[in-house]
Amino acid sequence: MSGAVPWNEARAQEIIDAHLGLEGPALPILHAIQEEFGYVPEAAVPQIAQSLNISRAEMHGVVSFYHDFRRAPAGRHVLKLCRAESCQSMGSEKIAKDFLERVKLEWGGTANDGSLTVEAVYCLGLCAHSPGALYDNEPIGRVDAEMLDELAAEARNS
Amino acid sequence: MTKVYVPRDMAALAVGAKRVLAAIEKEAAARGEAIQIVRNGSRGLLWLEPLVEVETPEGRIGYGNVKPSDVPSLFDAGFLRGGAHPLSIGKVEEHPYWAKQTRVTFERVGVIDPVNLDDYVAHGGGQGLAKAFEIGPAKVIEEVTKSGLRGRGGAGFPAGIKWKTVADAPADRRYVVTNADEGDSGTFADRMVMEGDPFVLIEGMTICGYAIGASKGFIYLRAEYPQCAEVLTEALEAARKAGWLGPNVRGSGFAFDIELRIGAGAYVCGEETSLLESLEGKRGIVRAKPPLPAHVGFMSRPTVVNNVLTLATAPAILAKGGEYYASLGVGRSRGTMPLQIAGNVKFGGLYETPFGLTLGEIVNDIGGGSLSGRPVRAVQCGGPLGAYVPPSLFDTPFDYEAFQKHDSLIGHGGLVVFDDTVDMAQMARFGMEFCAIESCGKCTPCRIGSTRGVETIDRIVEGVDVEANIELLSDLCHTMKFGSLCALGGFAPYPVESALRHYPEDFRKATLPAAAE
Ligand SMILES: Cc1cc2nc3c(=O)[nH]c(=O)nc-3n(C[C@H](O)[C@H](O)[C@H](O)COP(=O)(O)O)c2cc1C
Ligand code: SF4
Ligand code: FES
Repeated sequence: MSGAVPWNEARAQEIIDAHLGLEGPALPILHAIQEEFGYVPEAAVPQIAQSLNISRAEMHGVVSFYHDFRRAPAGRHVLKLCRAESCQSMGSEKIAKDFLERVKLEWGGTANDGSLTVEAVYCLGLCAHSPGALYDNEPIGRVDAEMLDELAAEARNS
Repeated sequence: MTKVYVPRDMAALAVGAKRVLAAIEKEAAARGEAIQIVRNGSRGLLWLEPLVEVETPEGRIGYGNVKPSDVPSLFDAGFLRGGAHPLSIGKVEEHPYWAKQTRVTFERVGVIDPVNLDDYVAHGGGQGLAKAFEIGPAKVIEEVTKSGLRGRGGAGFPAGIKWKTVADAPADRRYVVTNADEGDSGTFADRMVMEGDPFVLIEGMTICGYAIGASKGFIYLRAEYPQCAEVLTEALEAARKAGWLGPNVRGSGFAFDIELRIGAGAYVCGEETSLLESLEGKRGIVRAKPPLPAHVGFMSRPTVVNNVLTLATAPAILAKGGEYYASLGVGRSRGTMPLQIAGNVKFGGLYETPFGLTLGEIVNDIGGGSLSGRPVRAVQCGGPLGAYVPPSLFDTPFDYEAFQKHDSLIGHGGLVVFDDTVDMAQMARFGMEFCAIESCGKCTPCRIGSTRGVETIDRIVEGVDVEANIELLSDLCHTMKFGSLCALGGFAPYPVESALRHYPEDFRKATLPAAAE
């Protein structure tokens, strides 16, 4: 997920301003901020609030409501493993649990070397090829232990 | 030049379509064969993906489960002329999984190049909107009402009535919002339409906008579908360029445009009022109804919120007539339903058929039973808020009312198959846990009740006061059902209660004497 740039208030303002013409611009702004900086920095919250003419607390409430907005940068790569019913029917829970043990991570955790963040998702629409996953937004079906180990190794080396 | 189809559908990509495409291009170049690649959607024969098709004078010949390493042998076998090969499935349109379907909403999905408007038109696209412009807004709504089309997002509300309510509501402006949040486990039909035939959704939204007097539409797409967002963006761009969107849609004088919005990973934002809050840039907290979104919707204006499939079916209804659509189906379930067969199942995929097949026919005859080869023990129908149905109820016809009779629901048409290794107490626990994770937090029975539900099931599984705790769990389900504002808290009890009812032994493992092995 690399390519993120360091926090820059002027750049953030450009992004915010570019969206102000939309009806209900908050989510598009947050997505664009996260796309640019890799997460939604604390400093961005009051800045967006001010531009949208809402309170800082209100904006905070928006950011914290959605699972996808990060409050801190993720690892260089992000692996999202599906935990919903269809994937469970194909043994996803055990595959994920064993993998997390092998890489010594908890759900939502990032490896010490910053290579990989592992997150839970609930359905990726890959349910005919369960278990499903997304690795840096690339879909993967029929996930198994070997594939996950390969991805973790690739993440460490890139 | 031979046309070779390699799907860009997310599920095909998930099993290697991109690598297969690269291998085909490389091999063709090395052999000096001129080919034209078309990135189609998926036909829905998902267990055969990546399914590569070659256009021949006899029709399109398919090669299923192609791996990059198979590609040289495909060329050796003359697959560019439809040559025989162990991976060949023959003419795709003669494959029983395809031939037995009645494709209305999915007519072109997998068939055409999804972002090529000429291809869309060559396959009948655009006729619905042309008809709409010819007969005028009031007749459009009449036609949709006559078709009997019910909302495909879950609740099954008649689409025509919703459109009429919005059209009749006095307002300075109105909106059409496509609910593309598709959060239910076991569902992927919305995604497949949008990736395989995005123009049909654009056309459907335009028809709706025209009928209700709206000039602006939104597609609220879940963030988990990045490939889908790419296809939609390309299609919207192409539609604008060709004048199918914009200030003067196809020269009719009607102005309409569509904006794509991406969600942010909240299941509850599939609920229409939560979705509207989210679209306005707020927390996705459910609104109390009334007022209905049809009266007070996006930016407090009358708004049609419809599922992708509902809107994507409108063009066919207009083109073929409401009566044609209504002639399919059973009882009050008219038309076709794109079934999504998923989970532990041999032939998982998208299967569009008129309502009325039995659950057993779908799971065993079409789906081929479990992938593991073990006996099927449960099918969860209608997503995480839907019941678990045991094989003893497999004679239930697929129809809104027949499912309701068993306290289960059709929902968005997803069917998740489980074999006999499933632990239904754990599935019930997950149902409650999911509700706790995704609750918007507005009402106590949902927010607190779901967490209590998880704890209570844990105690049952541990063998603590089992019968008393099962009763407590049933009480809790009752409170959630009747004290929740929306169907997240209100329907989360259904999977739990169905598990308790049909699989009582799974909740009593800790106390029952071990069965003689
Ligand atoms: C928790 C919850 C999640 C929902 N998720 C979706 C969804 O992802 N897609 C959808 O179309 N409808 C979803 N619905 C149903 C919508 O609230 C609404 O009924 C639907 O968008 C109306 O469109 P339709 O009439 O075309 O079905 C959900 C409802 C609830 C309570
Ligand atoms: S039932 Fe749950 S999700 Fe629905 S409004 Fe209440 S708290 Fe929110
Ligand atoms: S349930 Fe995992 S991809 Fe749908």
